[in-house]
Amino acid sequence: MAAGRTWRKPPFIRNPWLRWALIIGALVYLVLALSSVNVNPDRIARGMDRAARIFSAFLQPDFTSRWRDIQAGILESLTMTVVSTVAGVMLAIPVGFGAARNLAPLPIYLFCRGIVTISRTFQEVIIAIVFVVMFGFGPLAGVCTLTFATIGFLAKLLAEDIEEIDPAQMEAIRATGSSFPQLLTYAILPQVTPRLVGLSIYRFDINLRESAIVGIVGAGGIGSTLQTSFSRYDYDVSSAILIIIITLVMITELLSGVIRKRLQ
Amino acid sequence: MLRLENLVKQYATGDKALRGVDLVVPEGQVMALIGPSGAGKSTLIRCVNRLIEPTSGNIWLKQTQITGLRGGALRAVRRRIGMIFQEYALVERLTVMENVLSGRLGYVNFWQSWFRRFPQSDVAAAFHLLERVGLSEFVDKRADALSGGQRQRVGIARALIQHPDLLLVDEPTASLDPKTSRQIMRLITELARERGLAVVINIHDVPLAQMFAQRIVGLRAGEIVYDGPPDGLTNQQLTTIYGEEDWNQERSSDSEAAELTLEARATV
Repeated sequence: MAAGRTWRKPPFIRNPWLRWALIIGALVYLVLALSSVNVNPDRIARGMDRAARIFSAFLQPDFTSRWRDIQAGILESLTMTVVSTVAGVMLAIPVGFGAARNLAPLPIYLFCRGIVTISRTFQEVIIAIVFVVMFGFGPLAGVCTLTFATIGFLAKLLAEDIEEIDPAQMEAIRATGSSFPQLLTYAILPQVTPRLVGLSIYRFDINLRESAIVGIVGAGGIGSTLQTSFSRYDYDVSSAILIIIITLVMITELLSGVIRKRLQ
Repeated sequence: MLRLENLVKQYATGDKALRGVDLVVPEGQVMALIGPSGAGKSTLIRCVNRLIEPTSGNIWLKQTQITGLRGGALRAVRRRIGMIFQEYALVERLTVMENVLSGRLGYVNFWQSWFRRFPQSDVAAAFHLLERVGLSEFVDKRADALSGGQRQRVGIARALIQHPDLLLVDEPTASLDPKTSRQIMRLITELARERGLAVVINIHDVPLAQMFAQRIVGLRAGEIVYDGPPDGLTNQQLTTIYGEEDWNQERSSDSEAAELTLEARATV
């Protein structure tokens, strides 16, 4: 009685030959891959020296000597963030509705999904380079970049949310004889608004972070100021800028967290 | 009032939900549509207001042929058909008042509905209906704050504010307790009688259907297999509709209606 049948969790891959072949193959690959990385200890030693200089400069941030540049950069970044978030959200809403399979007819769906895919395929920096080429250096390129990225991000998540709404509510509103715009505003909008607002705020703080990055390729904002300070070897100024960026991002993250928690 | 002629619905999957249904519902009649799950009850009432597109056949509401209508004409006929749903289908994040007023969407233009500027007569009618269904204190509560029975009352008010000629009711009591179920059924049939509406009620619960409907139509596999008065529904008829089962066991305690309702729910 006591010594009954034993039981073990069935293995993920049933065929033992295949299972062990995969495990051994993975180990062999790991060893080969590690041995292909050329580690040059000499170069690292020299680099450490330079890194020490940077880090010691970072320990003495210099806020004052270039304060005017820093201030201008921050204001520009914040402006870019606000403008691109607002514009991006406004453009993302129609794209998001169009990209929801349960609402849009196939051609519109494919078109809107296409926009979303293009926007999400390219990293912000790449898009920024293209816009810098098109519009020249400065915040306009940055605003366009962030707006474009916001559309992809928000439209995709909005469309997914719309695809998951409760169809019964939609059916009920349709049954009253409502028109399509009324269906959107009465049955769908109430179901997705909290998430839409939450995502927009979340995107705001992503855009603030990204505005520092796109600046490095010349698309304006605090990133450009940071880039300038690096190329001048003003590491103490760079340090000040980084501290400010970190603080700003932390503040917006906190605020957006608080606001999103309040929406249910 | 409502006339179905040889109504057929075949889903894209090949399932035939309705196989040529002929049915006439006269003005002021409360008709219960019973039958096992998958018999086509939901499909039938959704074909009437074209939430589901019938494959063939005709549907007439008074002089209007519903099948074949499009766009504005279809919306206009939907205004004349109120619908009450199984899980209430209220817009959860809107207030009770907004949910009731959404029954007027077919009568107002987009901007009126966007800014919630419904005509005063609609607002007055909404207050009146909410009082009638006993919810005048919940006007500005959000729909998701209400209990099941209260939500269904909002659903009833939303359907009636359309001033419909016909009421389609889809399993109104399926998620309610026995007592609330009876209250809701009583409310629906009372209001329908006051307004002289024709009512088609899909319902699982046979005793409840017998209690409140003037006529029972039994549907099995997309075909009408019983059409007659509630008390004509014999055990043999029930077997025709639902298949073999010991019907007496369920019906023995006719005096204890609440218990019976529970039992029926468990067995049907």
